[in-house]
Amino acid sequence: MADLADLTVATAGERLATGEASAADLLDAVIRRASLTEAELHCYVTIDHDGARRAAEESDHRRSRKESRGPLDGIPLALKDNFCTRGLETTCSSQILSGYRPPYDSTVVARLRDSGAVIVGKTNLDEFAMGSSTENSAFGPTRNPWNPERVPGGSSGGSAAAVAAGSALAAFGSDTGGSIRQPAALCGVVGFKPTYGLVSRFGLVAFSSSFDQIGPLARSVADALTLFEAVAGHDPLDATSYPGTVPEARPSLETGVKDVRIGLVRELSGEGYEPAVTAATNDMVAQLEASGAIVSEVSLPSFAIALSAYYLIAPAEVSANLARFDGVRYGLRVTGETVEEMMARSRAEGFGPEATRRILLGTYALSAGYYDAFYGQAQRVRTKLINELANVFEQVDVLVSPASPTTAFELGAKTQDPLAMYLTDVCTIPANLAGTPAISIPVGLDADGLPIGFQVMGPALGEARLFQVAAEVERLATFDHRPEILAAASDRL
Amino acid sequence: MTDWEPVVGIEVHVELKTASKMFCGCAVSFGEEPNTNICPVCLGLPGALPVANAAALESIVRIGLALHCQIAPQSVFHRKNYFYADLPKNFQVSQFDSPVAINGWLDINLDGTTNRVGIERAHMEEDTGKSLHQGGGGRIHSATSTRLDFNRSGVPLVEIVSRPDLRSAAEARAYAQDLRALIAELDVSDARMEEGSIRFDANVSVRPVGAGELGTKVEIKNMNSFRSLERAVASEIERQIALLEGGSRVIQETRHWDEEAGSTRSMRIKEGSSDYRYFTEPDLLPLVFAADTVDRLHSDLPELPADRRSRFEGMGVEAGTARVLAMADPALRRIFTEAVAAGSDPMTTAIWVTGELTAVLRKTPSSKVAGVGLAGLLAMVKEGKLSSSAAKEVLTEMVASGDEAAVVAERLDLLLVSDTNAIEAAVTEVLAAQPDAVARYRSGEEKVIGFLVGLVMRSTGGKADPKLVNETLRRQLVG
Repeated sequence: MADLADLTVATAGERLATGEASAADLLDAVIRRASLTEAELHCYVTIDHDGARRAAEESDHRRSRKESRGPLDGIPLALKDNFCTRGLETTCSSQILSGYRPPYDSTVVARLRDSGAVIVGKTNLDEFAMGSSTENSAFGPTRNPWNPERVPGGSSGGSAAAVAAGSALAAFGSDTGGSIRQPAALCGVVGFKPTYGLVSRFGLVAFSSSFDQIGPLARSVADALTLFEAVAGHDPLDATSYPGTVPEARPSLETGVKDVRIGLVRELSGEGYEPAVTAATNDMVAQLEASGAIVSEVSLPSFAIALSAYYLIAPAEVSANLARFDGVRYGLRVTGETVEEMMARSRAEGFGPEATRRILLGTYALSAGYYDAFYGQAQRVRTKLINELANVFEQVDVLVSPASPTTAFELGAKTQDPLAMYLTDVCTIPANLAGTPAISIPVGLDADGLPIGFQVMGPALGEARLFQVAAEVERLATFDHRPEILAAASDRL
Repeated sequence: MTDWEPVVGIEVHVELKTASKMFCGCAVSFGEEPNTNICPVCLGLPGALPVANAAALESIVRIGLALHCQIAPQSVFHRKNYFYADLPKNFQVSQFDSPVAINGWLDINLDGTTNRVGIERAHMEEDTGKSLHQGGGGRIHSATSTRLDFNRSGVPLVEIVSRPDLRSAAEARAYAQDLRALIAELDVSDARMEEGSIRFDANVSVRPVGAGELGTKVEIKNMNSFRSLERAVASEIERQIALLEGGSRVIQETRHWDEEAGSTRSMRIKEGSSDYRYFTEPDLLPLVFAADTVDRLHSDLPELPADRRSRFEGMGVEAGTARVLAMADPALRRIFTEAVAAGSDPMTTAIWVTGELTAVLRKTPSSKVAGVGLAGLLAMVKEGKLSSSAAKEVLTEMVASGDEAAVVAERLDLLLVSDTNAIEAAVTEVLAAQPDAVARYRSGEEKVIGFLVGLVMRSTGGKADPKLVNETLRRQLVG
């Protein structure tokens, strides 16, 4: 029998239902896995041993009374450390929030607790979710389970690596420019960014408010959908929360792709894309066509400038969102002679280089005399891209592309070159600019044994179509590889 | 020598008295223990998000409509970025180039003349917390420590910006008073200057009379009463004229009014406009005001002080009194209306209501006196049954007891004697006793009549109708 830590949420749920395993068993399995892998991988910033234990016991107690609450009751999950958790340290992997314990649960956390999920702990990220490799963490990088010399991607690198390594059965992350999908691709797991507004952002520490969206990282498309369903839906505490009904995607998991119109995005290929990534993408497109999909190549010219627009708007919002970290009310305080000096010193010491860089970039982009040329122009690009996407979705049902132009790169390879690092988000950023849903599914390994992610993008609220195609991609890819480190870890058991 | 023309614009901040704050469910309440009405949202904790208060939005639309503004069909919140310890997010949610209300006006009245003051805009924003500096005279730079109270953080604020249409300190004061009266009428704010629920800042510049361009403006703050607003503006106008006449220039800055010193002092220099790096608040959706909602709010507006003032003037009340009456307490206005309906002369009634009745009620708050009662009192004065001074005494007793004027006058024995027989007798008696005075009068010394009137009044205990006494005396003296 496979280690419980390697089960999908669906299979673990069956084991719980039949009594073959308890929530406590599942928690034991992932904690044991973490104890074997954490020293090397560093997926977690905080493991909440006591809280998780209590939640697992309560879940088992509910189950014994036949009061189980559904598919997540008793399932050990990890949360990116930018979700506020009441009384549990929430750091955003930043010195400035080191030791900070929020007085409230974010909406997603509250819904997960209601669903009976067991929150194992808080996973590592690039500071305030700004980065693509999880190297920008104040507490040290997370490493890729497929090869610890490689990055797990980012910024939800801790969540992606934890799911890949078995130190959680599934996880939640946040996706501002690809921060769920890119690490999912690099770690060989499924990562889903829902339509903007379907999952409440209340209690998610803001990076770039108009892009931030919460979503799951999981071992299967069906698991990703299960996690999404548990947390989606209108929240009166988030004014940007979608007030309508959440699209029903589950029935479309099994329908296949016959006559589905699929557009391969021309702009997301060519220079900068590793041959293995391009080959795997084209191969999957061919398989989809063979399964009955109608494939065409489509062009979205704005995709070429999406990255530039994103790196003006997101830092602009960051410059305001991160202004509150000033040492006055919470977090790191470095004293000074005056209040201004105290604030300046606290911020200088509390923020790492990438956060500082983006705050400065955004402050500059919003400054008088530059606003229109930078922020204003970027917003016009954003509008143009939204219009282009709306037109394209008249012609095709979904768009497909690689989820990342490369597989996992080596630690340190891009840390001295911010622009090269920013370019790793080129495939994922358009969906954030447009607020549309997108998902990354692992479809194969490159010659170095590193996973390759395939991205499916849908129109706003097009989750049903998205999951229909994603499920077919998963069936066609039959991705059943495991990181070698897990074999080694199992040997040590 | 140059003649200078002052140019003044006023920015007003009005704290709305909604049940909850602008973007969270915390209570709006004054005078509570520090940091008791706070939550993650108004403390700016990580992850907290704002949700706009519908009641506050309704209030600003009503203010905009009352100021004859256009209500934007769609309006946007912006973030105004600056660092300050009592500003929890280090940005204020406000509005920049897309305010709720634009292009209105308010008719103000000063010394009987009505002036139309343009309203540039009214926008919605949130208030900050309060810094309480300890030691060093309560000033930030000399304080040893600072305490922060966030109860006020996030209280809904409406900022109303006038056009630079005011031309004197007195006009600035009249505008402030009339605007405050309008806000009070709408019942959207406590509108108390001393508590800071309505705050006035003035932008002051001067220019040579006839010049087209505006001079360099100075913003003055910290005026805690209408009087200090007027004094501060006057002082700033004088300061600027003195500077310009001395060959210096005015620098753009913010100045703090020092009530005790009676002058302004520099707070901070701002060359050009501050860079607040405004951008659209991504956590809030654009505000959309449906035409039918705006129409409903418009038709539900109460009668506004300026309209009421015109109405009173139309009834024959002199402008200055009409202005005071228009802004008076609703109970007083109701008494005025009832008294006039019962037949009293509007001008006389207005003078009594804004004068004696206001004074009496201030001393003895009461709801016992009604318009009909006041009408009865004024009728007695008019008919010569009461002297004006006796009427004031009667009014005080009416307010205390609620009895009618006639009843009170009788009880206090204040009715004028208008019984001609009694007066005839009293006059005859006085003339008999004063042959000298009679002789002097008859020889042409007419002013002696005053002495004789006084004697008759004394002999009737002051209750005789003086007019009647005078007539009777003259008749008997001739006869």
